[in-house]
Amino acid sequence: MHQEDIVIVTLKVNGVERPLAVEPRRLLCDALREDLGLTGTNLGCEQGVCGSCTVLVDGESVRSCLMFAVQAGGCEITTVEGLASGETLHPLQAAFWEKQALQCGFCTPGFLMAGVELLRRNPEPDEAGVRAALAGNTCRCTGYEHIVDAVLAAADGAARERTFAEEPEVDVAAEVVAREGR
Amino acid sequence: MSQTTPTTPTRVGPGPTTWTPGKVGESDRRPDGVPKVTGEFEYSSDMRLDGMLWGATLRSPHPHAEIRQIDTSEAEDLPGVYAVLTHEDVPGRKVYGMEIPDQPVLAWEKVRYQGEPVAIVAADHPETARRALEKVHVEYGVLDPITDAEKAVQEDAPKLHLSGNVLRRIRILHGEGVGAAAKADVVVRGEYEVGMQDQAFLGPESGLAVPDGLGGVDLYISTQWLHIDQDQVAESLGMDPDQVRLTLSGVGGAFGGREDLSMQIHACMLALETERPVKMAYNREESFFGHVHRHPAKLRYEHGATRDGNLVYVKARLVFDGGAYASSSNAVCLNAATFACGPYEVPNAEIESHMLYTNNPPCGAMRGFGAVQACFAHEAQMDKLADELGLDPLDLRIKNALKPGDRFPFGQEVPPPAPVREILERVKVMPLPEEQEVMGRDLRGLPGGVSNVTHGEGVKRGVGYAVGFKNIGFSAGFDDYSTARVRLTVEDGEPLVEVHTAAAEVGQGLLMLQAQIARTELGVEKVSILPADTRVGSAGSTSASRQSYVTGAAVKLACEGVRERLFERAREELGEPPDGLSVEAGNVVRDGRTVVPLAELLDGDELEETCEYHHRETHPLDENGQGDVHLQYAFAAHRAVVEVDVELGLVRVVEIATAQDVGKIINPQALEGQIEGGIAQGLGLALMEEIQVKEGKVLNASFTDYLIPTILDMPTVKMEVLELADPEAPYGLKGVGEPPTIASTPAIVAALRDATGLELTRIPVRPEQLAGVSDGPPLPDEPTPGGAGYAEVGRLDGRRET
Repeated sequence: MHQEDIVIVTLKVNGVERPLAVEPRRLLCDALREDLGLTGTNLGCEQGVCGSCTVLVDGESVRSCLMFAVQAGGCEITTVEGLASGETLHPLQAAFWEKQALQCGFCTPGFLMAGVELLRRNPEPDEAGVRAALAGNTCRCTGYEHIVDAVLAAADGAARERTFAEEPEVDVAAEVVAREGR
Repeated sequence: MSQTTPTTPTRVGPGPTTWTPGKVGESDRRPDGVPKVTGEFEYSSDMRLDGMLWGATLRSPHPHAEIRQIDTSEAEDLPGVYAVLTHEDVPGRKVYGMEIPDQPVLAWEKVRYQGEPVAIVAADHPETARRALEKVHVEYGVLDPITDAEKAVQEDAPKLHLSGNVLRRIRILHGEGVGAAAKADVVVRGEYEVGMQDQAFLGPESGLAVPDGLGGVDLYISTQWLHIDQDQVAESLGMDPDQVRLTLSGVGGAFGGREDLSMQIHACMLALETERPVKMAYNREESFFGHVHRHPAKLRYEHGATRDGNLVYVKARLVFDGGAYASSSNAVCLNAATFACGPYEVPNAEIESHMLYTNNPPCGAMRGFGAVQACFAHEAQMDKLADELGLDPLDLRIKNALKPGDRFPFGQEVPPPAPVREILERVKVMPLPEEQEVMGRDLRGLPGGVSNVTHGEGVKRGVGYAVGFKNIGFSAGFDDYSTARVRLTVEDGEPLVEVHTAAAEVGQGLLMLQAQIARTELGVEKVSILPADTRVGSAGSTSASRQSYVTGAAVKLACEGVRERLFERAREELGEPPDGLSVEAGNVVRDGRTVVPLAELLDGDELEETCEYHHRETHPLDENGQGDVHLQYAFAAHRAVVEVDVELGLVRVVEIATAQDVGKIINPQALEGQIEGGIAQGLGLALMEEIQVKEGKVLNASFTDYLIPTILDMPTVKMEVLELADPEAPYGLKGVGEPPTIASTPAIVAALRDATGLELTRIPVRPEQLAGVSDGPPLPDEPTPGGAGYAEVGRLDGRRET
């Protein structure tokens, strides 16, 4: 690799300016994972299909495996690591945890980022709206029902911000009954 | 190459997980939920160590070829390359395999499938490693591949293995067999075909091997069964198992696809050779070549019944393509044979199940494991029979439903509970979703969603039913067990239970289950689950829906041992008669009254028990296919409602309703997740998921071309759960992971038949079949190089030919 191949680019990741020396062909996902150590952004297919690597670039969801790091120069990038504030989970994170909207969790960061974008655009989506907005993300474990539940709960404000130590208030036994009935 | 001081990885080696879990029967917040939503959870692909090297694998572009020569010199000379290894460098046994060690660690003399590993390299950068692969020159003599399982049995077929091409044959003869055909008033016949499904777990295979500086190695790996990996790795490294220590790292899904080895031996070989930590991480394309798939199958059936709808006999011939190596094909062949007739009382049967070697990709474990393929066929047959008899398909099933005390075709008595009739009746009375007007509907509600260019003129609705079952736990005489170490101690004045097993959490919620049991049995608030590793005895595989049962039982047993010692102590020190004591909220209690706090009774000591739980003995089949072969049976029935656009061949699954027998609900929320997720994989097999193989070559090794259901494909699931206790199992529970995947597929296809009137004998069902354009699968064309993204199959094919 020649020195002239290297580009200095500054990414603002989760509010922090991160100058990087990268080749122009460096993918944003690799810059995040390998150069900045932000491994919450997962790579499931590396061709823009599964959505596991979704991040927000200036508030818009982007597949970080389909974008070069240099394209994101000067942009505000939010990864899953930037959602919680300190010990307090983002309401959508809390809802995914409470509703068990994850099993292996590999797809979860991508769903969260797509979900955050959805709720910003439409704070009160219906089920069809949630499904439409998350259609670009695949989950192999859950069958998606708990994911829909979690996004709707977060939208309802049912999953208020909470810290890790607090007990969840979800009455799951009641939910099972409700599901049987629907 | 310099000696590296052994280090503890900086970003590997998960610590204990401590929290206040729910009790048995309660939903619990996953303890791994927070790291999974914050991005801190460490998957095996996230691990890194200072000074580590990157491994990469050279794979055969040919499904069948002689290896004439391998020249690694050019690759070795590449700057940044630390090792280039071939079969000559395998220190111990050159082959591996769970059941039959027939698969080369690195190929020699011959390659038997496209993607078979031939050489491995370690380099200072993943790109250098990949570049080095291009400099390894392999001279192949290309041979004709055997790609049709039926042809593999012919006399003149070249033998792929010394043992021949027949991996296993099972014959079950029950009652008079087809000799009873004369008693049947009605006979229906059918031929069915199942395509090759992929587990498609989202986190590709990865692992990190770290040499210990003393000749041994530590491997951090995402797997389903640490100890069977350890045994196979040690054997091929020529080491004692205690020199090869494995720790489970974060697993991104499994579904059977991580039961066989992928890069475990390779990473260890490279680490030992270079004396540096070596990480290997497959990408999606390599993942398709790096693990086994669900067996494609051809199934020929004949069902005979009396005029009033009683089954008289079933004749079935099942042919499975095992691909190039054995994997767990033996057991799949057995499962398919024993589940061939479905959960019905069949007085006479003749079943043949054949498992054959070919040059297709190796097949092995995937959720449902042989029962899936059989269920698609036997359920299609039941519908056909009902149609012939003019009976309601559900009523025919209910009429012939297995019940406790009946005999399976393989001679075993059906153990209680076996609520086949009950789950069918539950599904029957569940209200159907209201029929919605098609015309004028929001486009997103049409089959095909926004890609539907019509107004819905061709949309027809259909309803289909199916029931299936699955054995839980390992069968046929295998000594299936799990080990648990449980330690009761006091931390900061509070009693704490520490649980250590080697059981692999792959996403299903096993951490919760173990902790729920510990809390329930020892009456403490705080439980700590240690990382799964090989410092404790084997837990067996996270497969066959068995961990809740077998590891659950081991944890329960160890907790009971600790509890007995507590009560013994109460007797010795306080003179309390042990009868009638229990533990609750950190206290030893009698009749709801605190006798002594646990912390006080322990007085700084700790109590520890390590227990193995071995389940009831099972037996192999005899020469007539008879034997008490399986441990436990779990049943699920499904009803599918679909809408088919018969002009465009597009499908919308409106709803799946299911009733499943689970024995005891341990964690309601996790159970829902298993049922819904399992149904999604069944839907995938019905409608879209197939690895397309032509002349032994995979045509769609990417998520662009191999489709899995999205949130728009998956409908709402209506479920009813039956808790009928199995008296032999811990808490009466039954395994729950696999049954949802079995009958959901045939229920959807039955609904498609109901909507279209087509026969639909092959899955996945393609749009062109539904639109009446084609009867069967289209023959796929060769892919255009460069057409399928950066890692298209063309590159793998062309890599060494140029």
